[in-house]
Amino acid sequence: MSNIVVDKSKVPWWVSNVIVPLVNLTLALLVSGLFVFIAGENPIEAVKLIIYGSFGYIQGFAYTLYYTTNFIFTGLAFAVAFHCRLFNIGGEGQAYIGGLGVFLVAINLSFLPVPIVWLLAIFGAFLFGAAWAYIPAYLQSKRGSHVVITTIMFNFIASSLMIFLLVDVIRDTNQMAPHTVKLPEEIWLPSFEAFSGILGIKIRYSPLNLTFLLAIASLFFVWFLVWKTKWGYEMRAVGHNTQAAIYAGISPHKNIIIAMCISGGLAGLLGVNEILGVSHKIQAGFPAGYGFTGIAVALMGRNHPIGILPAAFLFGILYQGGSEVTFEMPNITRYMFVAVQGLIILFSGALENLFRPQIESFFVRRLNREVNA
Amino acid sequence: MEFLSDIASLINSTLRISTPLVFAAMAGIFAERSGVIDFSLEGKMLMAAFVAAVGSYYLGNPWLGLLLAIIVCVCLSMLHGFASVTHKGDQVVSCVAINILIIGLTTALAAAWFGQAGLTPTLNEDQRFLEIHLPFADALRDIPFIGTLYSDILSGHYVFVYLAYLSVPLVFWIVFKTSFGLRLRAVGENPSAVDTAGINVFTMRYKALAINGVLIAFAGAHLSTAVNANFFREMSAGRGYLALAAMIFGKWHPKTALIACLLFGFTDALQIRLQGVELPAIGEIPVQLIQALPYILTVVLLAGFVGKAIAPNAIGQPYIKER
Repeated sequence: MSNIVVDKSKVPWWVSNVIVPLVNLTLALLVSGLFVFIAGENPIEAVKLIIYGSFGYIQGFAYTLYYTTNFIFTGLAFAVAFHCRLFNIGGEGQAYIGGLGVFLVAINLSFLPVPIVWLLAIFGAFLFGAAWAYIPAYLQSKRGSHVVITTIMFNFIASSLMIFLLVDVIRDTNQMAPHTVKLPEEIWLPSFEAFSGILGIKIRYSPLNLTFLLAIASLFFVWFLVWKTKWGYEMRAVGHNTQAAIYAGISPHKNIIIAMCISGGLAGLLGVNEILGVSHKIQAGFPAGYGFTGIAVALMGRNHPIGILPAAFLFGILYQGGSEVTFEMPNITRYMFVAVQGLIILFSGALENLFRPQIESFFVRRLNREVNA
Repeated sequence: MEFLSDIASLINSTLRISTPLVFAAMAGIFAERSGVIDFSLEGKMLMAAFVAAVGSYYLGNPWLGLLLAIIVCVCLSMLHGFASVTHKGDQVVSCVAINILIIGLTTALAAAWFGQAGLTPTLNEDQRFLEIHLPFADALRDIPFIGTLYSDILSGHYVFVYLAYLSVPLVFWIVFKTSFGLRLRAVGENPSAVDTAGINVFTMRYKALAINGVLIAFAGAHLSTAVNANFFREMSAGRGYLALAAMIFGKWHPKTALIACLLFGFTDALQIRLQGVELPAIGEIPVQLIQALPYILTVVLLAGFVGKAIAPNAIGQPYIKER
């Protein structure tokens, strides 16, 4: 246990926001390497495969950016709620229900011209995701039910609800598998293949689509909302010190509801990428853990859009490169990368202060010496 | 008579299904009474199930599997303590990390070692726990009422079922009747007062977490070496969270938590029975709705229709010793 006392005001921003997170990430990856070794494979080979799979060829890189899109949404979702000290573990369920929103709007309004139906579908995703987050938010603020348990329960309930709908209500009755019909092709979001033709690159298929730009826009939206508006200030005040916020006339109830709804809405946008952009139909279990990965993305990115972008990209690399690894190494399954996420949450979230005092005091002393010399 | 035997078998399954919840809720009481949030019951239960199944597969004895599960779960509890007690990291984040880590690790290792996606090999009779038939169970079966009670409800359970219900009075005694329990509760309510009295807050919280690890290991072993004969992916299926909800609903008290666990177990036993059954006036309920019942019940219970839950005062806050 360390008893090093560091004067926080003397620590340069890049030490606490760049060096310390990088050290934590390195630790997480080292332990991950150990797990790969326990599973009977060579960690260094695995790293090579990850880099080749995610950067080595244009299609792989397009996949990396497609995964990045999903992680930006779910990462931002967790981060927004976290600024109000709410742990929204329910990104998975909110994304699932958000997908329902996209699909219902798109299929019923498919006669509308293209940009309008897209905007309405995006709105539908946001609205459905937000609605699914509203109930846990309400129960947290009015009844004190812990949002972690209720959002987890809502993941299970969302899963049951969607399976029910997919099997009994909105299933494509010409198919055996539980999924819906495809959306009409006119309203699909243009994919990267369409643009790559213009750029003179030929690729066979990529899931990367226009939603990537929506993700980038969401980063700006969240930054503006949380740091540049009165509401964002109020929300952070409630998160920081609820009692003080109440004295300042800020309503915790209102802010908890708004924070969770925006959080759920952002998670819902995952449905835009998956349904309007890639598969064009709702498949059972399409959020496939992206919602949980958002927690790791947000914590690694220190809950700030500037950090979330590289963190989402890193997870994009891990996912895409990881599928290369699972393809080449029989002993590694995609669940190994779920474990890696857990380690990243552990080291950049819960154990973030493991070496922070040592690193910060090291840099403070060095900088002082330079000043004195 | 058929009605009676239906009821008997429903109670029998309730007792069996509630068992992991009871262990987990008791484990949760120790952690949370000491002021440490424990959402990682879910992950630890899953890890215990995995370790117990793998351990007894290789060692050929379910008790050794259980022992290994206890060791690993105590280690995980210590990890939670290391992050959230020693390094004052966020307790909820630490739990989420452990849960996600375990979901990934158990499935990945099962796939790497046994070549099946998240499955461990089926255990034979020597490698798993068997149902215990109480003495004279068969002879007494025909006596009305008492026979049903003794032979159909109380007899024929796995050892964990008996241990779980015995653990409740034990936990009650430790937490409310011993000096250790007094200190434990005090650490969760007012750690600085305990510190002033010369008791080490950190040591107390680590002790509580160690007991928590032991108890949760029983829940996992029950799943993979007693009711099932192998481990499968995400087999804990939210039971850790249900148990936590039961504990909160039971106001961090063993007796009331037990009642909540039995309520969850009963709902689960009922949902298995209701699947595919035509109910009068309603018709057949969709199977997905029935399966979601325990989760919906959790939300409803937590919404606190029976009064507001008051958590230990210092819960979730790392203790910072004054200099």
